[in-house]
Amino acid sequence: MADLLTFTDRGIYCEAGDFYIDPWRPVDRALVTHGHADHAHEGMARYLATDIAAPVMRHRLGEISLDTIRYGETRRIGDVTVSFHPAGHVPGSAQIRVERKGEVWVASGDYKTIDDGLSTPFEPVRCDAFITESTFGLPVFKWTPQAELARDLNAWWAANAAEGRFSLIGAYALGKAQRILTLADTSIGPILTHGAVENTNEVLRAQGIALPDTIRVTPDLDLKAHAGALVVATPPGLGGPWARRFNVAGNPASTAFASGWMALRGVRRRRAADRGFIMSDHADWPGLNAAIRETGARKIFVTHGYTSIFRRWLESEGFEAHVVSTEYAGENVDADDEGEAA
Amino acid sequence: MKRFAELFRAVDQTTRTTKKVAAMAAYFREAPDADKLWTVALFSGRRPRRTITATVLREWAAERAGIPLWLFEEAYPIVGDLAETISLVLPPAEAEEDRPLSHWIDEIRRLSKQDDAARKAGILAAWDRLGPTERLLFTKLLTGSFRVGVSQKLMTRALAQATEIDEAELTHRLMGSWTPDDITWHSLVHAPDPTASLSRPYPFYLAYQLDDPEALGDPAQWMAERKWDGIRGQLILRGGDHHLWSRGEELMTDRFPELARMKDFLPMGTVIDGEVLGWGDEVPLSFNALQKRIGRKTVPKKLLAEAPVILMGYDLLEQDGEDIRALPFAERRARLDALGRDLPPEAPFRLSPLVPVKSLDQLAEERAKSRELMAEGLMLKRADSPYLSGRKKGDWWKWKVDPLTIDAVMVYAQAGSGRRANMFTDFTFAVRDGNGLVPFTKAYSGLTDAEFRKITAWVRKNTLERYGPVRHVKPEHVFEIGFEGIQPSPRHKSGVSLRFPRMLRWRHDKPLDEINTLEDLRQMLAAYGGESAA
Repeated sequence: MADLLTFTDRGIYCEAGDFYIDPWRPVDRALVTHGHADHAHEGMARYLATDIAAPVMRHRLGEISLDTIRYGETRRIGDVTVSFHPAGHVPGSAQIRVERKGEVWVASGDYKTIDDGLSTPFEPVRCDAFITESTFGLPVFKWTPQAELARDLNAWWAANAAEGRFSLIGAYALGKAQRILTLADTSIGPILTHGAVENTNEVLRAQGIALPDTIRVTPDLDLKAHAGALVVATPPGLGGPWARRFNVAGNPASTAFASGWMALRGVRRRRAADRGFIMSDHADWPGLNAAIRETGARKIFVTHGYTSIFRRWLESEGFEAHVVSTEYAGENVDADDEGEAA
Repeated sequence: MKRFAELFRAVDQTTRTTKKVAAMAAYFREAPDADKLWTVALFSGRRPRRTITATVLREWAAERAGIPLWLFEEAYPIVGDLAETISLVLPPAEAEEDRPLSHWIDEIRRLSKQDDAARKAGILAAWDRLGPTERLLFTKLLTGSFRVGVSQKLMTRALAQATEIDEAELTHRLMGSWTPDDITWHSLVHAPDPTASLSRPYPFYLAYQLDDPEALGDPAQWMAERKWDGIRGQLILRGGDHHLWSRGEELMTDRFPELARMKDFLPMGTVIDGEVLGWGDEVPLSFNALQKRIGRKTVPKKLLAEAPVILMGYDLLEQDGEDIRALPFAERRARLDALGRDLPPEAPFRLSPLVPVKSLDQLAEERAKSRELMAEGLMLKRADSPYLSGRKKGDWWKWKVDPLTIDAVMVYAQAGSGRRANMFTDFTFAVRDGNGLVPFTKAYSGLTDAEFRKITAWVRKNTLERYGPVRHVKPEHVFEIGFEGIQPSPRHKSGVSLRFPRMLRWRHDKPLDEINTLEDLRQMLAAYGGESAA
């Protein structure tokens, strides 16, 4: 029998249900794992995503024909049954489970296994074949525990605030920016946001996700009144002229990046920020391995990241592993030139 | 080692020199003397010798991390640093301990004298007691690869702030062949012993590249020489001995034994700045010939005969035991000429001929002759300039010839490592040959980070095939490749190899069918490649 899911130049295709998962070229029916730009593309006739992911997708893609589904709810499409399960990557992100006559395949999109306090935590789904990313599929990537991240972030902010300087941090507008907001200790000072971040905040707040109070940076905002604030910006915002306003004469802002790539000293030096927080919405090495083992799948497809190395590792662990070519980008520390892709 | 680790993080994380200097000055005010001495040694490139092979360290680290060795080997080039890879794959420390830097260096030396089993146990135990940065530093000390992103100049500035000793004086005190084993903090920094420093060199004066010749002003103020393509060296004759120092403050005395004979030709108490050059029939040999001798600590007779060297002298820093660096260049140079002009031809020494300076146009003509004279360009020195230390703008300029160039298309891309991990930065370029393309060089540098990011995004979407880490990409993007020399090379499919190839420009304006051809390369080889036969 043909494979339940196949890999085409438009996206991951299910012939038995005649739909695509996270396609990058226009198709009739797209099941979308989450709203990041490399997974949710424009131009599909019909979309299906979780109810939690839907508001951000509408915000980003405009007027689209979007049907929603709750986590765990099953739906019959053609000859298969599909359901969406938490991937823990960003709010509403899902692994998509496809079943035909007892055979189960799972396309996981992007995922992380730790609870970020914001997204519905990752749930392992038993399956026969598992489609995984490997953005950080090397044993050198191990994330800082969430509590330690919070401590480091707040210590950095508090030290800057004590000197009256702004703390500027660059993070993706969807996911990591809000994760920083939930980690921040608001007793230290006010939190300012770049417009791209605040637009996403508004969408998430409107759907009932709790976030601390933030102030949108506008040209007429009185910065003196907010000296020592934490400023959450997108990476291009952080690198550009927008950020210069926070360099008060004689007291330049302290800058930081939050990314899994900050685990590497070379990348930290390349980004040349004052601080690099090792924070990612993708699974680290222990996370990838644990997730894959818990699926019980024998057959693993690796879509993006350190694919060939990770495949060889999986094979040495006894899996039947394949690398498949997609246009998913993973986490990119240099997102400023490529638009957001995570 | 927490204090040292904190210093390392502080200077490593920021690009602001004021912050780096402040962090170092604070450290030099607070740390114990033994740690300060080691810190100055380490920050000035005086690393303890490697006591253990990298091979066994990888094995032990992989074993401790519970991963196969091949996986470690795959991760290493991506991280770009062995010690960092080791410290990242290891499980977190079980119980951290804070002991001084000097303790851990002593521990490394103690372990180096023991058998393999005891070493392994000692190193695994150390890894288990050190936090992430301390572990990285300890491993770097083990592998003899400690480096830090701070110049000796900045370190000296910080030390001057902390000790209130004059910076130029400190720079000189810190030069030479001392190690933390044969000197104390006090005698190094506060009370230098003049007899103990017979081999100590003067800090080198370095020139900036001249971009705008008009900036020189009145040509009459300037003196010119050829810029030789050899190894910068400072020859010291003192106390009956001779010493030869490289610009990187490395002793090269034994590498170039010919220069021992200078003791027969020049008086003691002489220090000369010049260029070590391969020399035959009164012309320089190609850098290729000299290169064979660079990596060697001792030189076999055959090589001595094939590639003999001389010192091409261009400045006099010490005469009759007296430091004359403050004298005007014209005066120093006149004294050098007086010392060197009547030496017999068998002396391994030549005076770098002065190029007369009449006008900028005439200088430009002289510069254009550089390649045929086996030189890299011209050196311009202000006649009244003292011999300063380090790279300073204004008095000395190097005016190199323009590189040779060729337009080529990118055909392969590979991700970089370290600072350039997860970006495509290492490219292979091809020229046209009939209807096909022939790869002929790699190049890694010359683009801005923004351009590298742009090309990285393009590579991800335009990969035709993958060979491990190498991606075969669509031949589309044309670059102007600059290089300093071309030689025949039977090992390469193109038949040529280039010296210092780099990307000069991304030629967005140039279509694929207008790139250079293999025939163009062959013509360049015929025109400029002959020199390597000399």
